[in-house]
Amino acid sequence: MTQDRASQICIVTVTGVDKVGIVARLANVMARANINIIDINQKILEDTFVMTMAVDVAEAMIGMDKIKTHLDRVGREMALKITIQDENIFKAMHRV
Amino acid sequence: MRISVEEVYETVRMTLDHHFDIRTVTLGINLKDCMDRDIAPLTQRVRERIVEKGRLLNRCADLIVQKYGIPITNRRIAVTPASLLLEPLPKTKATVVRFAKALDAAARKADIDFVGGFGAMVQKGTTAAEENLIDAIPDTLSKTQRVCGFLNLASTHAGINMNAVAKMGHVLKDLAGRSADGIGCAKIAVFANVPEDNPFMAGAHHGVGEPDYSLNIGISGPGVVRSVVARNPDCDLTQLSEVIKRTVFKITRAGELIGREMAGLMGVPFGIVDISLAPTTSTGDSVAEIIEAMGVGQIGSPGSTAALALLIDAVKKGGAMASGNVGGLSGTFIPVSEDEGMIRAVRDGTLSLEKLEALTSVCSVGLDMFAVPGDTAPEVISAIIADELSIGVANHKTTSVRIIPAPGRKAGEILHFGGLLGSAPVMKVPGAPSCRFVQRQGRVPSPISSLRN
Repeated sequence: MTQDRASQICIVTVTGVDKVGIVARLANVMARANINIIDINQKILEDTFVMTMAVDVAEAMIGMDKIKTHLDRVGREMALKITIQDENIFKAMHRV
Repeated sequence: MRISVEEVYETVRMTLDHHFDIRTVTLGINLKDCMDRDIAPLTQRVRERIVEKGRLLNRCADLIVQKYGIPITNRRIAVTPASLLLEPLPKTKATVVRFAKALDAAARKADIDFVGGFGAMVQKGTTAAEENLIDAIPDTLSKTQRVCGFLNLASTHAGINMNAVAKMGHVLKDLAGRSADGIGCAKIAVFANVPEDNPFMAGAHHGVGEPDYSLNIGISGPGVVRSVVARNPDCDLTQLSEVIKRTVFKITRAGELIGREMAGLMGVPFGIVDISLAPTTSTGDSVAEIIEAMGVGQIGSPGSTAALALLIDAVKKGGAMASGNVGGLSGTFIPVSEDEGMIRAVRDGTLSLEKLEALTSVCSVGLDMFAVPGDTAPEVISAIIADELSIGVANHKTTSVRIIPAPGRKAGEILHFGGLLGSAPVMKVPGAPSCRFVQRQGRVPSPISSLRN
């Protein structure tokens, strides 16, 4: 299968306390920025709610700095820690 | 296979909770082609190059931080040893100071906090220009803010240049007298077997064997290692070595990825990843606390040297598996003033200067950021340096000394430097002065490398 365009996958990580509307708020930020959500996973790890969302930012209409600003606002309003990082950092660290 | 939630969470916690960061990205810059018989064109070329590349370094580092979400704490520049650049110029202190001020001004303009390379390789002997540079150290480092100095005073191949070691006792006392509590001495380190690609200050320089540019990365994760040791309280030491290796593997891979990408963005060759564990004064980011989490009562107690040897060996094994470009110092930093656990152990009387010296025989970086009483004789400072460099020379490894003779202070007092430099309890220097030994000068011959017992 050939890919029409390059993708740039980033992982959004949310940690804190689970509550209604987290996915909705994040999906809203992504949709507005033309960022495709590829995968969502969540687990309770060491008593902390952890959600990861894989997104493709290749066609994003805003830069990483702006995406971060939006995510920081959601994080503040919902009392969550939200980070976004290029997927390659995880591949480098966890795959030999 | 997509990355699991557990793996993502492990990485995110390293930065959010355990202080994992890229401690420094240091751009090595060759300045040999800037040399001139006249100081003005030299300083102009040097300034232009440092400002241009320094700004590029900062821009690219910001982009990488955004992309990977791993903080890059310091952005620094290391240049060709200044003594080489000063060779064709008049041998006056004014020339040296003027050159260093140009480095200082360029660093400020490019928003680079430290520029390293103000120094010389004098392990076997000193040229007139090098002699002049050493004489000008107190003037230079007290009149600049961002310039860091280094001197290689010894090597396994050459032995120890005791003429230079003897002189440094006086130079450091003079420099200490020109700043509050002698903190000016934090900007200079003296070495045995100095590496040419070390990204960490104060000793960073761009060695003569390096290309035009080289981007070197210093990673740091004492907090990460401490947390993994603390989470494995019951495993035996073989297993403990294994978990440390795995953790260091991961953080080294992050460093390698970020270094390569930074170098690509800047259009310069990638140099090395320095895997040294470098503590900060932040709570939990302490090398001493790793040793204590391993089960040693307090750093400085019996067991500390063995624990540190195990730690650094595991760090090197994990790092070497992760990257083919491990270099620089790649040891464990145990600076007294910059590590909460070290400060505590000196204050409690558990860690003495003698034990600190013993610890440096198994980890590369030497006696670092420790204070001694202001009335310590220059010959005694030189003798401390000679002892430490001997450990490096005899063991084919790097050692260094960054000593702060604090004017007017007595053993037991505590100096507060603030910020990254932390605070240092003034350490007692034992015994009777070895003035005659130092005053003999000459060169300690290089050691025999067979009959190794």
